[in-house]
Amino acid sequence: MATTTDAGQRPRRSALTGGRHLADRLFQGITGVAASIVLIIVAGLFVQLIWRSWPAMKANGFSFIWQTNWDPARGIFGAGAFLVGTALTAVSALILATMVAVLVALYLVEIAPAWVARPISYMVELLAAIPSVVYGLWGIYVLGGFVKDVIGPVLTNTLGTFIPFFGGTPRVTGLLSAILVLTIMIIPTVMAVSRDVIAAVPGSQREAILALGATRWEAIRIAVLPYARSGVLGGAILGLARAVGETLAVTLVIGNRVSIPDTIFAPTYTMASVIANQFQEAEGATHRAALMEVALLLLVLTFVINVIARILVWRVTNGQRAVVIE
Amino acid sequence: MTTASTESLFTPATESLFRRRRTTDRVMTIIMLSAAVLAVTPLVLIVFHVLTHGIGALSLSLLTEDPNPAGRPGGGVRNSIVGSAIMVGMATAIGAPIAIACGVFLSEYGQNRLGTVLRFLVDVLAGMPSITIGLFIYSLVVLPNKKFTAIAGAMALAVILIPVVARITEEMLLLVPRSLREAAFALGAPRWRTVMTVVLPTALPGIVTGLMLALSRIAGEAAPLLFTSLGNQFFSTDPFSAIDALPTRIYFYASGPFDYWHEQAWAMSLLLVGFILVVSLIVRALAGTKVTVRQ
Amino acid sequence: MNEPGSPAAIGERSPMDLRPTQTMATPNANGDDKAPKRIALRVDHISAWYGNKLAVSDITLDVDAHSVTALIGPSGCGKSTLLRCMNRMHEVTPRGRVEGKVILEGEDIYGAGTDPTRVRQRIGMVFQKPNPFPTMSIEENVAAGLRFMSITSKSEIADRVENSLKAAALWDEVKNDLKKPGIALSGGQQQRLCIARAIAVEPEVVLMDEPCSALDPLATLKVEDLMRTLAVKYTIVIVTHNMQQAARVSDRTAFMLAGEGGFGQLIEYRPTDEIFTNPSDKRTEDYITGRFG
Repeated sequence: MATTTDAGQRPRRSALTGGRHLADRLFQGITGVAASIVLIIVAGLFVQLIWRSWPAMKANGFSFIWQTNWDPARGIFGAGAFLVGTALTAVSALILATMVAVLVALYLVEIAPAWVARPISYMVELLAAIPSVVYGLWGIYVLGGFVKDVIGPVLTNTLGTFIPFFGGTPRVTGLLSAILVLTIMIIPTVMAVSRDVIAAVPGSQREAILALGATRWEAIRIAVLPYARSGVLGGAILGLARAVGETLAVTLVIGNRVSIPDTIFAPTYTMASVIANQFQEAEGATHRAALMEVALLLLVLTFVINVIARILVWRVTNGQRAVVIE
Repeated sequence: MTTASTESLFTPATESLFRRRRTTDRVMTIIMLSAAVLAVTPLVLIVFHVLTHGIGALSLSLLTEDPNPAGRPGGGVRNSIVGSAIMVGMATAIGAPIAIACGVFLSEYGQNRLGTVLRFLVDVLAGMPSITIGLFIYSLVVLPNKKFTAIAGAMALAVILIPVVARITEEMLLLVPRSLREAAFALGAPRWRTVMTVVLPTALPGIVTGLMLALSRIAGEAAPLLFTSLGNQFFSTDPFSAIDALPTRIYFYASGPFDYWHEQAWAMSLLLVGFILVVSLIVRALAGTKVTVRQ
Repeated sequence: MNEPGSPAAIGERSPMDLRPTQTMATPNANGDDKAPKRIALRVDHISAWYGNKLAVSDITLDVDAHSVTALIGPSGCGKSTLLRCMNRMHEVTPRGRVEGKVILEGEDIYGAGTDPTRVRQRIGMVFQKPNPFPTMSIEENVAAGLRFMSITSKSEIADRVENSLKAAALWDEVKNDLKKPGIALSGGQQQRLCIARAIAVEPEVVLMDEPCSALDPLATLKVEDLMRTLAVKYTIVIVTHNMQQAARVSDRTAFMLAGEGGFGQLIEYRPTDEIFTNPSDKRTEDYITGRFG
């Protein structure tokens, strides 16, 4: 604690905190208020959404979560179908994205020379800077056509011949298009965290296994990945949080129909997309409150996912290097 | 003895194992390289399509005219561009001071339990879906005032900006060498003066970099604006009325029925992506430090 | 002190020998008491770079089989770099590059078509800081290298683990805790675990890069004793910044020094007792008597 010349002239409050400039305390106070605004915002988010969805919670009860009927005209509200749609899109995207992203991260850290790694790293991170609506636009008018004309027929003729879920008529907008757009959107998140975590694996670990005669891949599999495992998992879960909360790109390509998809091409809804699509034209207060309840569900879900992910990432990087995410 | 281990290394079994291991290594290397190519491909494709589709619809009238009534081709998106600029500007004015002060608090007084909790909350806020942030401001500002306003939109954007800038500020402050701080302390400077005159100015380039990246991020956000600033077909600069923005107009046009809307949506995307890429390149050229903002 | 590295000592089978069942004896090494020392590793005009910076220049030296060879010199003299050139670990360092030859059993480890993984199976390494794999148990740590050999039977793996831990003088301390994580051990134990891991694959040469620099004096003594014992069966090359240690454990000592260009050169390479009592080069004498370094 810095003591100053006029410290002795002030009455000491206690041995530890006494003798500080009034200006110093003011400074701490002002910045502290700014910091607590964050706390207020987070708390406010929950409070406002709980408040606005309270009528819906009373009317719908707990069955709101698994009830799959959503019929605003008849006042029936269940978020089950949206939960399924969210889970299907987010988890599928997460699996696809993690496979690619972890391999990219391994390539960048373990194999590529710096002059290759840097531009690739930068380009993948630029993907994260492209706005959601642009992904949506590209998703409908470019990717959607590719899904309908190329990926769709290939899937129906192969997997679709024995798994009905992969059969059906390929469409431009639907589950698969949403999954693919989300995959592209969360690859940067998962890649960046994985890359940082993998780079944080001490070189001595790699050397130890290489000196035993391991190939580079064996070094990755035996020494690097086990060491970085929980951090990579944390990165993947952060990607999941992003996929769950992603709104407009999904709204544009998912087809927007209240139903649990029976094929991978079927149109459906996620929690975020039903809010974006219906809130403005909501038919009255109950519909609006029900959408607020969906938002609350979404908020709680992403909150839990985020907390798990942060804990995992923090444990690995352990403050040695802060990973700035999102 | 030496020959013994040599022999054990070159038995036929070891040989085939060795070849298998070498093949696996090569195959996995190729797979990793392919993944890298695969991951970069979407960026190249998106930039390519935005460029080729957007450049055709890009014209002076797009920048200087307001939208025609629906269904009548032509017109522009001047209102959206100006609206975006206004809201991003207001969001920065609201959010940046809070964010920077929060970052200062975290780095100066945050090496304790309270700091850990706050840092955690900042990270959690950064991960909240932007649509829920839009609803939060809708509930907090729009409903009580019974009006969609540019201010409400700016507030929603500010909520998105705050955690990003706060964390970057904290990191940039922690990068300032300890010796610099100690030199100021040794001169008898109180903490606030040390921070304001020594630490913050030293970290300023990094903070500005982070702020620019955060700006380019909120400039592309549409979801939080849907229920706050709503959108406006007409030109407006009034902070207390509904206002248009580029991302919301892209969303509106992309899901609409007219071809010229789609073309204009591509052109607006070109403006937006161009802006973001330029900011990103400038930031990268200016700052040697690694600062990234992920949307 | 008796010299285990001498032909007489090699001729006897040590009680510590790991392979009591091994019947074949190499005539060269074991048969003839009067045979001249065999050369395990011949470093032939080795130079090493980091990017464009030359770190080690044109070094030639022969490493005797079944002996301890020490590389000493002030920091920055390239002794660790030279050591890492001996099993192709230098090229793992970003922008690391090597020129020259290292001959093992008549074969150049840098020869065309030579796979570094095979080289490292025959020339093991122990590092400055103990680096057990944190996600693996003690047992799994020792067995880590065995999966690169065609050793799959559980009993053989268990035997190898036990023998290696015994040879590394760690067995008695850990035999009841083989499933515990390797990082739960003390620093000195971790380093002996790493030595056990290195010798489990039965290399011909074990390179040790300042293996005691992170250890306390007692643990250091243990590892030094271990080196002497291991030299009966293996060829050991050790880098050390501690001259007393070189004097205590090594049979031959190479003194290196960074010249004006900043790159390491070999100044003198002779039997340890000679180099410490009667250095032939003025610079060696200066270093040994503590005038620089």
